Parts: sequence; structure tokens; C-alpha cells
Amino acid sequence: MLEIKNLHVKLEEEDKQILKGVDLTVEAGKVHAIMGPNGSGKSTLSYVLSGKDGYEVTDGSAELLGEDLLDMDPEERAAAGLFLAFQYPVEIPGVGNMTFLRTAVNSQRKARGEEEMSSTEFLKVVREKAKDLKIDAEMLKRPVNVGFSGGEKKRNEILQMAMLEPKLCILDETDSGLDVDAMKLVADGVNALRDEGRGFLVITHYQRLLDHIKPDVVHIMYNGRIIKTGGPELALEVEHNGYADLIEEEA
Amino acid sequence: MALPKLKQDATDARIAALSLPEGGWSAPARKAALARLQDMGLPGARDEYWKYTRPETLVSVDPTPAAVFEDDEAPFWDGIDRLKIVFTDGVFDEAASDDLSLENIEFARLSDSTDILWAKDLYGTLEEAGQTPVQRPLAALNTAFATDGIVMRVTGPVSKPVNFVYNHGSDSSDAILHHVVKVEKTGDVTILENGPAAARFNNCMEVEVADGAGFHHIRAQGRDHERRAATHIFGRLGTESTFKTFTLTVNGVLTRNEVVLELLGDDAVAHVAGACMGDGDFLHDDTVFITHDAVNCESRQVFKKVLRNGATGVFQGKILVKPGAQKTDGYQISQSLLLDDDSQFLAKPELEIYADDVACSHGSTSGAIDEDGLFYLRARGLPRGIAEDLLTIAFIAEAVLEIESQELQDELNARVAAWLERRRG
Ligand SMILES: Nc1ncnc2c1ncn2[C@@H]1O[C@H](COP(=O)(O)OP(=O)(O)OP(=O)(O)O)[C@@H](O)[C@H]1O
Ligand SMILES: [Mg+2]
Repeated sequence: MLEIKNLHVKLEEEDKQILKGVDLTVEAGKVHAIMGPNGSGKSTLSYVLSGKDGYEVTDGSAELLGEDLLDMDPEERAAAGLFLAFQYPVEIPGVGNMTFLRTAVNSQRKARGEEEMSSTEFLKVVREKAKDLKIDAEMLKRPVNVGFSGGEKKRNEILQMAMLEPKLCILDETDSGLDVDAMKLVADGVNALRDEGRGFLVITHYQRLLDHIKPDVVHIMYNGRIIKTGGPELALEVEHNGYADLIEEEA
Repeated sequence: MALPKLKQDATDARIAALSLPEGGWSAPARKAALARLQDMGLPGARDEYWKYTRPETLVSVDPTPAAVFEDDEAPFWDGIDRLKIVFTDGVFDEAASDDLSLENIEFARLSDSTDILWAKDLYGTLEEAGQTPVQRPLAALNTAFATDGIVMRVTGPVSKPVNFVYNHGSDSSDAILHHVVKVEKTGDVTILENGPAAARFNNCMEVEVADGAGFHHIRAQGRDHERRAATHIFGRLGTESTFKTFTLTVNGVLTRNEVVLELLGDDAVAHVAGACMGDGDFLHDDTVFITHDAVNCESRQVFKKVLRNGATGVFQGKILVKPGAQKTDGYQISQSLLLDDDSQFLAKPELEIYADDVACSHGSTSGAIDEDGLFYLRARGLPRGIAEDLLTIAFIAEAVLEIESQELQDELNARVAAWLERRRG
């Protein structure tokens, strides 16, 4: 589903190499987790995949369902089925959450040549999914993420994901800043979307999230590369021993 | 004091080309205004108050011709029950207007010959008061030479808005209109203004809001491109009165909107807001002067400018807090969104405070579309153009939200959206 090969990325503005040859394949129906110390390049990978400005791909490739991702505009990647739940969701004063969501859903449908969702249908669906995530009507009316608590922002990301029904979901530290109950809500939201046709790339620092969202594969990223890949037990190892041993092994 | 020769000549030439309407109740006020104008002289390029906006085409003898713009959008305020008063090239158009009759309003025209005592007391008075500490010669010219206008006295709540519609008929029209609005105790009125008016338009409105009374004003300027306009609103606020004005300006080569308010009664509230959309050969100037001369009053100035393709925005806004005007709450924000590197925003925010127990703040910013916001929207599938438009409408939202009626907010937002969409192609 997602196929990343030898991906090298540097900053556009300065001569700083951040990703130094990432190889990663996420299959449909699978959950892959990425862990790794701060600054190892996890968010950069998610940004590059979703098309953020400021990065330059110097080598390698990334494909989603056989299509070259790196060649597309961010909105085309979204319409092709890529979704990034941001580590830091952006506040957009003046743009209502509902307007934003409806425009997003229908822009993607339009781009794929599908019929747009009517406002009544949209309202019905959004209310249902918001309820599951304990997002109340008042929050839906507010400007996008403005005045939302850290946890509310993350739940709002999951609501967007549920509405957009992407093919590949990247979650960048969606667990950070969540209390125990919110973590459960978010995990339930993610698990509800798990199916044969959908892949997940879950970036996290903590085993806790992976207790709820059981990964099939765990990768460790360090210094711009995947240095180790294993099963769920790899996350437990990191939880107990930290990264030091793994990094040493690599060196 | 003698005027500089250039200014003297320009003023003489302009006055010579106009004729002072004879007789009628406004005659003494017009004469006095003419004397004021002769004293001050018309604005010139060297005047500090006209540092950012060149006044030449506003003061020249003849207006620069402006083609009549064929507007294909629905008329403004279409779904709103309102009393329409229509002017074409600055002349009252009786046939196109509704009957000048509405419960709790007394209407008259500037040109009516019968003596209107209350109007006589007010006409030119607020304009004259607004000449200090800063001179506004185009307003004095207006008081002296206005050819038409409505005077209205509001004696209670009014059931529907009064709408001044300004049609533009001739390429070389030069319109001077002067309205007087007296809102008496318990009175509350909404005035809507729209339309291109003329090739050159000098519009002045004097508004007296009595204790406890309310005045609401929403104005739409545009979409004509070649228009030149200088407008003045002079307001005087009594105790616990409310004065709110909002202007949306789209297009226009040159627009200068001055709002001059005096808060004279305690607990008065004044909100002055505006948004403008400029593309290319466009200069829009908001010049605001708010004087707090009573206790516990609130004033807000919220101005947003969207500029592209070399358009220029100007903001000169001042809050003056007089000695004794304690507990003043003054807020002023002026911001521009520059959609490219060619556009510019020139701002001169000023505070002058002579009381010690006041809270006044002002801020002015100028910037491009927020890249993080744009990426976030695009990452959710919004095409760049739609995302930019959404962020642009969001940018002006703080100003538009100053309008109390949701219906009117929606209408203005829709006009802005259409303006943006036409540019997206
Ligand atoms: N736009 C940028 N400008 C400067 N440095 C950057 C930029 N983006 C990323 N970096 C640098 O690249 C490295 C990788 O950052 P990245 O945010 O991808 O790490 P991360 O693995 O997500 O870290 P964390 O676990 O703290 O979220 C860091 O050293 C970071 O400072
Ligand atoms: Mg990160």
C-alpha cells in the first residue's frame, strides 16, 4: 500500500540532511508503528509524505497504491487516500470546524469524481462520529482547533480521519497530551477504522498507545533511518530498556 | 493666515466651479462652511493627514471620468425588508425610491424649502466640531455645496432599515450628498448604504445619537473599479448610546472613508469596523478619529484589508482620551493580508491619553497567508485556491463579526467569496 524506498530528505533552506535512506512498506490491513528518540526524523517523514513545503527529496521514492506520492500536491495526496493526524494540529481562527470538514469531504470526493455529500447526510454522519469521540456540538461549531485543549485537538484529528475515510492513516504522536480516557476514545476511533483495505502508520513514544492499537510491525527510527524492525515485542523492549542498546547495535 | 499659493489656487478654482445653493434652511450653515473651507484650503499632497493618500483627484475641478460598471450580482440586501431611498449621480430619484414614510421617522430632503428647525440646528454642526484638532476640508466643502441628501429624525424604534442606494449613471458625474440623522431618546435605526454613486463621490453623514439611543450603519462600496470617493461620518454619542458602523469596500481606484466620533455621554459604545478587498489599481484609506470625553465608554476599531496585485491600504486611526474620561475602554486593530509582494499597507495608529484610569490597546499587522494553516487545509484535501479563500474570509471575520445581524454578515461574506472566486478563475 505505502512503499517508501531509500528516501533521502534535506531541508530546503539549509544544508541539513534529515532522512538518510528510509525504507518502509505498509501493507493494506496492517498497523505499523514507528518509535524513535526525539529529533530522529519521524515527523519529517510524515510531513514529506503529506507534501509540506520546506523539504527537498534528494533521493528515493514513496508510492501510495502504486502512485508516486512525491509528485503530487498535498490535496492530491489527500484525495488519493493519505491522511496525516498532525502532531501539532493547526488552529485556524475564523474557519468553522463544520465548514472545514464539509469542504474537505466534498473536495476529496470531487477530486475523485465521486458525488458530493449533501448537507443533511453530512450532518447526520458527522454527528454520529462526533458522538463516538465525545466531541460535542459546541466544539463542532467553533473555529478549527481554536481554544481546543490538547486532547480535544487530537480527538478532532481522529474525527477528520473518520469523516475522510482515508486509505493510509499516519498518526503522529496522537497519544501525546491525552489522558487515559481520551487515549481510549482515540484508540477506539482508530480501531473502528481498521479493515482489510486500510493501512496505518502510528508514530509514538509510548507502549501505552500500542496496548490499545495493537501493531503488526514495529520500526525504530534513529538519525534519519529505520535501524530496526520487529514485532510488537520490540516496542516493549524500548519501553523497558530505552534506545541506547539499539543505537549501539546499529553503530 | 494666508494659504500656500498652490493650495489657494486649487481651492479657489474648485469653489469657483461650484455654486452655493440659494436660500432654504441650510443657507446659513452652508455659508459658514464655505468660510471654513476658504480658511483651511483643500487638502494638498504636502498635508500630513494626506501623507499616504494623494488628494489631487478628490479636489480637482473636474472628476476623472469613470465608466459605469455593469454589476451582474444580485442587488444588495435583496432579501431584507427595507425602505429604499435612491440617488442617481447624486440626485434624489423619486420614482425609484419608496415613499419617505416609516413609523418613528420624520424624513425631509436637504433641498426642502420649509424650515426644519431641528435639522437647521444640526446641519454642519458635527462637521464643524470634527474640524479640530484635525482639518477635514472635503467635509466642509460637502456641507457648503451638497446638492442633495436626506435629513431624518428618529423618534423611536424603527421596524426596518433605511437603505440609501447610490446609482451611477454618467461617466463624468460628481456627486455631493449630505445626510443628517438625529436619533432621539429610545430611537434605534439601521441605515444601509450601497452603490457606486458617481464617477466621484463626496458623501457626508452627520449623526447625533441621544442618550440611550442606537445607530447602526452598514455600508457596501463597490464593485465598480474606477470610482473615487471621499466619505465622512460624524457622530456624537450621548449617555448609554450605541453607534456601530461597518463598511465593506471592494474595488475602487481611490476611497477615503473618514469616521469622526465624539463620545460625550457616559457609558456610550462606539464600534467602527471595515473590510476592504483591493486588486491592482486600488487605494483604500480608513481614517478614524475617536474622542472619549465621558466616563466608562467603550470604543472599538477593527479594520481588515485584503490586498493583491499592487493594491494599497491605508489606516490612520486615533483614540483621544480627554482629561476626566476615566474607565475608557479603547481597542483598535488594523491588519492587512498581502496576497503578493507587490501590495502594501501603510498604518498610523495613534493613542493620545489624558486620563489615568483607562485601558487602551492598539495593534497593526501586515502579513501573508498563514502557511501552516494553508498546509493543514490542503492536507485535508482542500485545493489551494479554496483553502486560500477560506483563510482570506477568515482573516476579515473579526471585522465582519462586528455586524450584529447574522443575515447581513452572511450576505457580505458571500460577496467577498464571490470576489475571491472571480480572481481564482
Ligand atoms: N523545518 C525545519 N527546520 C529546521 N530543522 C528541522 C526542520 N524540520 C525538522 N528539523 C530537524 O530535523 C530533525 C528531525 O525532526 P523531526 O521533527 O522529524 O523529529 P521527530 O522524530 O518527529 O521528533 P519528536 O519525537 O521530538 O517529535 C530535528 O533535528 C529537527 O530539529
Ligand atoms: Mg515529531
